Amino acid sequence: MRILLAGLLVTAATPALAALNIVACEPEWGALAKEIGGEQARIYVATTALQDPHRIEARPSLIARARSADLMVCTGAELEIGWVPLLQTQSGNGKIQAGQPGFFEAASVVPLLERPARIDRSLGDVHPAGNPHIHLDPRNIERVAAALEERMAQLDPGQAGHYQEQEKRFLGRWREATARWEKQAQPLKGLPVIVHHKNLSYLIAWLGMREVGTLEPKPGLPPSGAQLNELLQMQKRAPASAVLRAAYNDPRPSEWLAGQAGIPAVMLPFTVGGTDGAKDLFSLYEDTLTRLLSLTK
Amino acid sequence: MFRNVCCAVALATAAVPASAQDAELSKLREALRQLQEEVRQLEKRLEDAERRPPAAPPPAPAAARAAGSSAFNPDISLILQGTAARSSRDPNTYQISGFAPSGGEVAPAPRGFNLGESELVIASNVDPYFRGQLAAALTPENELEVEEAFFQTLALGRGFTLKGGRFLSGIGYQNEIHQHAWDFQDAPLAYKAFLGGRLNDDGVQLRWLAPTDLFVELGAELGRGRTFPGTDRNRNGANSWSAFGHVGGDIGASTAWRSGLSYLRTSPQDRAFTDLDVTQSFSGTSRLWIADFVLKWSPQGDPSVTNFKLQGEYFRRRESGTLAFDQTLSDGYASRQSGWYAQAVYQFMPRWRAGYRHDRLEHGTVANDLGLTAQDAPLLLTDYNPTRNSAMLDWSPTEFSRWRLQYAVDKSRVGVTDNQLLLQYILSLGAHGAHQF
Repeated sequence: MRILLAGLLVTAATPALAALNIVACEPEWGALAKEIGGEQARIYVATTALQDPHRIEARPSLIARARSADLMVCTGAELEIGWVPLLQTQSGNGKIQAGQPGFFEAASVVPLLERPARIDRSLGDVHPAGNPHIHLDPRNIERVAAALEERMAQLDPGQAGHYQEQEKRFLGRWREATARWEKQAQPLKGLPVIVHHKNLSYLIAWLGMREVGTLEPKPGLPPSGAQLNELLQMQKRAPASAVLRAAYNDPRPSEWLAGQAGIPAVMLPFTVGGTDGAKDLFSLYEDTLTRLLSLTK
Repeated sequence: MFRNVCCAVALATAAVPASAQDAELSKLREALRQLQEEVRQLEKRLEDAERRPPAAPPPAPAAARAAGSSAFNPDISLILQGTAARSSRDPNTYQISGFAPSGGEVAPAPRGFNLGESELVIASNVDPYFRGQLAAALTPENELEVEEAFFQTLALGRGFTLKGGRFLSGIGYQNEIHQHAWDFQDAPLAYKAFLGGRLNDDGVQLRWLAPTDLFVELGAELGRGRTFPGTDRNRNGANSWSAFGHVGGDIGASTAWRSGLSYLRTSPQDRAFTDLDVTQSFSGTSRLWIADFVLKWSPQGDPSVTNFKLQGEYFRRRESGTLAFDQTLSDGYASRQSGWYAQAVYQFMPRWRAGYRHDRLEHGTVANDLGLTAQDAPLLLTDYNPTRNSAMLDWSPTEFSRWRLQYAVDKSRVGVTDNQLLLQYILSLGAHGAHQF
C-alpha cells in the first residue's frame, strides 16, 4: 500500500514533458496527431487496428488515460457511442466533455457519405449522421488535418507556430502522395468488389471502385449463411472481382465466399497497424493500394 | 439520344428527293457526320461520368440535427423484459436459511409467464457543469419505482466527480451495473443476502481518479441508509457511509481487469422480520466488506467473435447490537457471516454466450445473549451454508436484444433443493446508453 501511494505521488509530481496530452480514439487519428504535434504531443491510442471501433469497452485503462487528456481526438458521428461517453463521464476530466475544445470529432469537418434516409434499428446498426469510417479518403485526411491543427494551436497557443509548420509540411507531402496514388490507382476504376462491413465506402468512392455487396446482411449484423449464398448467386449475374475486409473483420466469411466464387479475398490494413506495412498514414495508403492493385495484375 | 439522332437522319433522308443535287447531298452527309461525331462525344462523356467517383457531397450543415426545441430532448431508452419460468419449489416461500431477510426483491422469478421490470432511462447533460439521469422501473404489479435519479458533475476537474440523489452505489462490482446488463437473470446470493439485491441509497458520492496510467479510483458515499442493511430513520445527518477503491488496467492487448475493495457501514434501527409468527428486530451497527474482481479477455481486444469474462466477489459482514424477540425480550446480538460467488461467461461464437455461476454463503457465527436456539429462531440461527449453481445460455441477435435460457439448482433453503428453469428476453429500445466495464 505504501509503495502504491509512493508510486502515485511520484507519478503525480513528475511534470509532463510534452505540452499536449492527446488520447486518440483510433490509430489513424493518433498517426495524424503525431504528424502535426511531432515531439510536442504525448499521444495515447485507445484502440488498435485489430479492434472493431464500434465494440470497444470503456475499460479502466482507457478511463485512466482520459483522466489526464488535454485533447481527445475521435471520429464522432456516433462511431464511439458505446464507449466514449463513459470515458467522458467517468474520467472526472472537464476538458474532454462534448462541446469543449478538448473533444475533437473528425467527422464534423468531413462531408459524410451514406446518410440514411430512414433511421430505424430494423435497418441494422445505422449511423444517423452518415458513414463514420472517413479516413480512407486522403481528401478527408486533409480536411481533418487542417481542423486538428487549429484545435491543437487553440489548446496550446505557445506551440501554435510549431503545429502550423508541421501541418504545412505534412500537407505538402500528403498532396504530393495523393496525386501519385490517384495515378497509380487508375486501373482500379470501376472494379466491382464485395465488402465485409461498410467501412471501406470512402476508399471505394475515392478510387472509383464499385461496391456490389456486403457480407453483413445489415450494418453491424454478423454475416449470415443466407446472405453469403445470395452473394454467391449474384456472382453469376454480376461478378465481383474480390472480397475486401478490414484487418479487424472476421476472416472466415470473406474467405469462404472467395473460395466458393473463385475470387481473391483481400485483407486491407484499414488503419495504421493493421498490417506490418502500415506504420503511418502514408504507408497505410501505400500498403492498401499495393494490395488492391495486385487484383488488377 | 442516339435514337433521336437516327430519327433526324431518317427524316432528313426521306425529305430529300432522289433527284437532289450533289451539293445538297454532300451538305447532308456533312450534317450527318457532325451529328455522329456529337453522339460519340456525348457517349464518351457519359461513360467517363459513370466511371468517375460520385462528387463529394457538400458538407452537411452542422446544425442539421439541432432543428427546433426537440433537439434538446434528453436521451430516452426503454428496456422491456420478461420471463417464463418453472421451479420445483414455491418462489413465494423463498428465504435464505441462516440469514436475516433483506426485504429486497430476492425471490426467484415467479412461476409461469411473468413480465419483468420495464426500465425507462432518461439522461442528458443539464448544462456544461451537470449531467442528470433518471431510471424508473415500471413493475409488473403496475407500480412505478425510482431506481435512480441523480445529478453528476462534469467539470469539477482534477479527477473529481460528485454525484447526488438516488444512485446505484459504487461498492462492489455488480452493484453499479443495471440489472438488464447482468449475465444471469437474478442477483448472486451474496447480493441477495447482504444488500437485498443491490444498494441504491439516497445520498451523495464523491469519486477521485488518480492521474496515473494505472486506473486507481477512490470513492466515498454518505447516505440515508434507507434500505437493507440499514433502515430508514427519522434522523438528521447520514445513517450510512461507504468507501471504496478500485484498481484496474490492461494485460497486453487482450486482457483487461479491475479489482476493488469496499466498506459499507450502516446503523439500522428496529430492522424487523417475522419468523414462526414471532417478530425479531435488530438495532445496532452493520459493517460490510466486499472484495471484487473482474477480468475480461478477447482475442487482440476485439470481442466481436469470441470473448471471456470472469467475475467474482467476496462479502464479509459483522453486525453487533441488540436483538428484540417477540417485542418483550431484548439483549445483545453479534454475527459474523460471509459469502461469495464466482462466474464465468464465454462467447463461443458471434451472438452466443454460455455461462456458469457458483454461489455460496457461510452462516458463520451468530451469537445472542437471549439464549435463543435454532428451534426458537430457525431462519436466523440455523447453522446452514446455502449454495446455488446456475448455468445459462444466451443468444443476442444484436446488441439490442437478448434471449436467455437459465437453469439453477438452488439450495438456499435448508434441506430443500429448488430446480429453477427460465427463459428470459431483454429488449432495448431507443438511445441506449453505453454499458460500463
